[in-house]
Amino acid sequence: MPNPSAKKISVSLNINGEMRQVEIRPIDTLLYVLRHHLSLTGAKPGCLNGDCGACSVMVNDNVYKSCIMLAIESVGSAITTVEGLKDSPIQNAFVKHFAFQCGYCTPGFIMNCQALLLKHPHPTYEVVKEWLSSNICRCTCYQEIEEAIFSVVEGRVGGTSE
Amino acid sequence: MYIIGKGITRKDAFEKVTGQAKYTADFETNEMLHARLVISPYAHALIKNIDMSEAEKIPGVRAVITGQNLPLTGEELQDRPPIATDRVRYQGEVISIVVADNPYLAEQGAQAVNVQYEPLPVVNSPSEALKPDAPLLHPKLGEYKKIQGVYPEPGTNIATRTKIRKGNWEKGCAESEVIVEEHFAFRPSDHAAMETRCSFAQIHPNGMIEISSSSQAPFMIKRLIGQYFGISTGKIRVNTPLVGGAYGGKASTQLEILAYIATKEVNGRLVKILNTREEDMLTSPGHIGLEARVKLGSTKEGLLKVAELTYLWDGGAYSDKSIDLSRAGAVDCTGPYHIENIWCDSLCMYTNHPYAAPFRGFSHSEVHFAFERTMDVLAQKLNIDPLELRNKNAILPGHTTPTQVLLNSSTVGNLPKCISKLKELINWQEGQIKDLGNHRVRAKGISCIWKTSTIDPNATSAVILIFNPDGSINLISGVIEIGTATKTILAQMLAERLKMDVNDIHVQMEVDTLSTPEHWKTVASRGTYMAGRAVLAAAEDIIRQLKNIASFILRAREDDLEVGYGKVYVRDDPKTSILIKDIAYGYTFPNGNTIGSQIIGRGNFVIRGMTYLDKETGAGRPGPEWTVGAEGVEIELDLRTYTYKVLKAVAVIDIGKVFNEKTAIGQVKGAMSMGLSFAARETFWFDDHGSVLNPQLRTYRPIRFGEHPKYVVAFVETPEIDAPYGGRGVGEHGLIGMPAALANSLSTALSVNVNYLPLIPELLWKIKRGEK
Amino acid sequence: MLAGNIEYYQPSTVNEAVEQFFILKKENKLPMYYAGGTEILTLGRLNIIHPGAIIDIKAIKETLSHESYQEHFIFGASLPLTYIEEKNIFPLLTQTSMEIADHTARNKITIGGNVCGNIFYREAVLPFLLCDSTVVVAGKEGQKTHPIQDIFNKTFQFEEGQFLIQLLIEKKYLTLPFITIKKRQQWETGYPLITVACIKIENQLRFAFSGLCPFPFRSQKVETELNNTLLPKEERINHAIEQLPTPVLNDVEGSKEYRLFVLRNTLKEMIVEMEEKE
Repeated sequence: MPNPSAKKISVSLNINGEMRQVEIRPIDTLLYVLRHHLSLTGAKPGCLNGDCGACSVMVNDNVYKSCIMLAIESVGSAITTVEGLKDSPIQNAFVKHFAFQCGYCTPGFIMNCQALLLKHPHPTYEVVKEWLSSNICRCTCYQEIEEAIFSVVEGRVGGTSE
Repeated sequence: MYIIGKGITRKDAFEKVTGQAKYTADFETNEMLHARLVISPYAHALIKNIDMSEAEKIPGVRAVITGQNLPLTGEELQDRPPIATDRVRYQGEVISIVVADNPYLAEQGAQAVNVQYEPLPVVNSPSEALKPDAPLLHPKLGEYKKIQGVYPEPGTNIATRTKIRKGNWEKGCAESEVIVEEHFAFRPSDHAAMETRCSFAQIHPNGMIEISSSSQAPFMIKRLIGQYFGISTGKIRVNTPLVGGAYGGKASTQLEILAYIATKEVNGRLVKILNTREEDMLTSPGHIGLEARVKLGSTKEGLLKVAELTYLWDGGAYSDKSIDLSRAGAVDCTGPYHIENIWCDSLCMYTNHPYAAPFRGFSHSEVHFAFERTMDVLAQKLNIDPLELRNKNAILPGHTTPTQVLLNSSTVGNLPKCISKLKELINWQEGQIKDLGNHRVRAKGISCIWKTSTIDPNATSAVILIFNPDGSINLISGVIEIGTATKTILAQMLAERLKMDVNDIHVQMEVDTLSTPEHWKTVASRGTYMAGRAVLAAAEDIIRQLKNIASFILRAREDDLEVGYGKVYVRDDPKTSILIKDIAYGYTFPNGNTIGSQIIGRGNFVIRGMTYLDKETGAGRPGPEWTVGAEGVEIELDLRTYTYKVLKAVAVIDIGKVFNEKTAIGQVKGAMSMGLSFAARETFWFDDHGSVLNPQLRTYRPIRFGEHPKYVVAFVETPEIDAPYGGRGVGEHGLIGMPAALANSLSTALSVNVNYLPLIPELLWKIKRGEK
Repeated sequence: MLAGNIEYYQPSTVNEAVEQFFILKKENKLPMYYAGGTEILTLGRLNIIHPGAIIDIKAIKETLSHESYQEHFIFGASLPLTYIEEKNIFPLLTQTSMEIADHTARNKITIGGNVCGNIFYREAVLPFLLCDSTVVVAGKEGQKTHPIQDIFNKTFQFEEGQFLIQLLIEKKYLTLPFITIKKRQQWETGYPLITVACIKIENQLRFAFSGLCPFPFRSQKVETELNNTLLPKEERINHAIEQLPTPVLNDVEGSKEYRLFVLRNTLKEMIVEMEEKE
């Protein structure tokens, strides 16, 4: 039987530009700490298994699924959650292109798009596909999300699935 | 139109893109307890012993709950113990709930509960369930409590049978010159909403039970928990914040019951249960499976004369909503065609599979898969163009439905118009199949669709409108925002009626049954219809009140006044007017005298003339109107490897009236995507013991970005005169034709009959080799 | 989320990691080495594995090497798959890697974690099996190097307390003609029905497989048959199939018979293309 009296440790996390001190179990995932200790509920639990992407956040500008990452692994890095984005072009593009319905997968998709655009300001369709196939959206048909991301790529009007 | 039809921004948009939108699991407090479930690894077994002693020893574990002394539950037939006691009937069935101070202690507790089982033989399909020597899942079937219109057959695994007997079957057979018969099957699958179900509950010191849940039916939770546990409904309060995808799966009441049982065990303390993905797929209800036999007879010219149908639904271990699903499958047991003679038996079967919830389309994509595939088989046998065969038999005003409802130009949309538009959009003239050389072909498949909404005959919807001092209005409706933007559309309707700025309408997204008027359930594509009518009634109510107070001030008769553009004005002298904001809270004269006070509008609605179905013939009026449509799919297939891509998917739906073009197209495309995903890859894979082998999103794989085809959506607008602004239901319809259209395209490409789902290359390979 | 009280250690040297392992072992704490951790976290939450302590090796600089060393190129075990893909030193590895899981997950999955994984596909090992690579392992007796064929048989045959530090590949292999193909149950996401990687060296084709059997493998016997250019391709493939290790998988991704059908098509496609390549 596991030892129930989990030993907690105190760590500092740099989240959305703020240093936050939290008492965690070393095995706590980043998702768990964001939601349960810091009340940052933008990242969503969808599978807790690294499959759906609803919990995606950025760590040092790379996108990660926070359910398969320990909070302790992000100590010393800059964590950005959807709450850390303010009026970003991709958020506005999602609104304009109706790239969500229920909205549950949306923070994860937006963080993935944000990281993608940081690394590839002018991505090809193939790159967008490779990145965005990491997330599941069950409401839209993905065409809306495709239109949203390409609308913020400079010098491109709309995407194409062909 | 002033604002109806425009693609205005969704009211929930900025909350959703900033991560501020709150779903049930996002609410947490420090004093909250957390529960984890212990679930059965077996699909059918006796529970020999449950040892909770180790779990109870864990510090921080507050309760380990088992199922003694709990009432049986079930929406139409009460056959389901909320927590199994002596026997489990499906893998994932709840054995125990462990409540603890935090989620990981609850998990430790759940792992420490030790259960001994004795496995029993399983019923692994509905046809197995029908066999005379099949193990009986519910030996006490005859003793269960049930509601009107449920006909269980004790001593069998049949939870209910719905019969359709329209016209004269023998006459239909005699008039048929050509007959085809096909068999179909697919297993249960899942909704896989991205938000797994979550509920939390507490009992306040005054006895008020408060439940929050990710649900499409908070008002039903209130009623059912009241009914099951003998509690007055006024003592139950249910909150539903935004819901992260539902598709019918959250219309069932399940996890809420467990949350209530849990809080009761810990003296009313707040307890939260959040499904893991695996539990969401196994334990909570999923998407029904079906085995079907479709026999059609027609003249040589292709006029349908008879349809003979047997539907065996894989309702799983408990009947809950699958009784209603099997009934809905009988109501529209054919495609949208004029057929005088119909014989259908639709049986809700018990199996040792996870049980079923409604799934977007409510049995229609399932029935259409079987029926519309058979239409293609018939067309081929008759050597008639499949689209022409459908056009020839299209249901029209003046025809009757399988349950003998006489249709008129309002109660059914214009199918021939949908068919001709589809023909154009899918470029039907170029031919159904094209050889691309190098073992590759392109092929098209089509399906017509129709659907009515089989809802309770006394289902109601009500709306309250409350003025703010600035003249803006708060709109309060019991519709749940599950992603369909219905509440944005309700605001558009109100803005249209009052000719006001839609930004001055504030929509309450959350539902709290204590303060929100009831909307029966957010299902059946009925939100805009029913709540829309209630909004319009409430708008009339405030217009009347505004005119009443304005008539004093403007010194005019009420019937000489108009309301619009933020004012009440005299019809033939609009300059004589008063701002709504100056009278919305009453009017104060210069000396301080005041007349009137805050204006509150109320409106409600119930659909007229619904009836139960006749037990022997199925005759009756199950829904208000039939939305129709025509859909098509174009694929490219490699004849050597059987791999294929969906290139294009087209839907033409008679929507009655487009309210918000962007959200309407979004609904249809989203439904098409879900339909293609269901058809092409989604299924539970069962082993011989009835266990699901893929209850995770890495093995149960919905369609992903980049796998999507090009979607084309077009609308026909044949108004329904009873509906607000003529609009018809459209939330589900895009899905309905996709499985049949895809299967028809593949059958055409391969010159075989593809009658099973999911349509994976291995299935095509097996069929081509004659193995299936 | 893992429920148990699991300890976490992050040593900065190879020796510290190994020492920590044996200390924890002595305390009966079921230690496990941890790199990307994706598999430990997913199998752990399902109670398939039960670590009592994890030793994160990502701070050990040798496990992060990505550089030339004499005749070799070194891939550190802790490198995330996407890092290797972006640098693209070894295109066969890049392309094989890009088919694993999904892009976001590959930001976390490491090369070492994938090749040493419990989930039996371990597709990233295929390029290393094909290229006579060298494996650097740390353990009680310090660091050791092994030719991969000596230490990899279905899985890495590590002794207790050993862990993978680096994979080395001779530079001449980095630019050989290759193909890697992953076939799935449906469309473009999901586990493989089969993954086959192939290179051409000195006019001979080498093949390595994942998803065909419950372990990745390279087989001399299979290669001998496939390179028997005296015979027509179909016949070579039939002979090769007779030489496959057992069992061929028969599971939810696909039946055994269908996998062999897909294998035939895939091998034919590859041989046609590879025999044209120079």
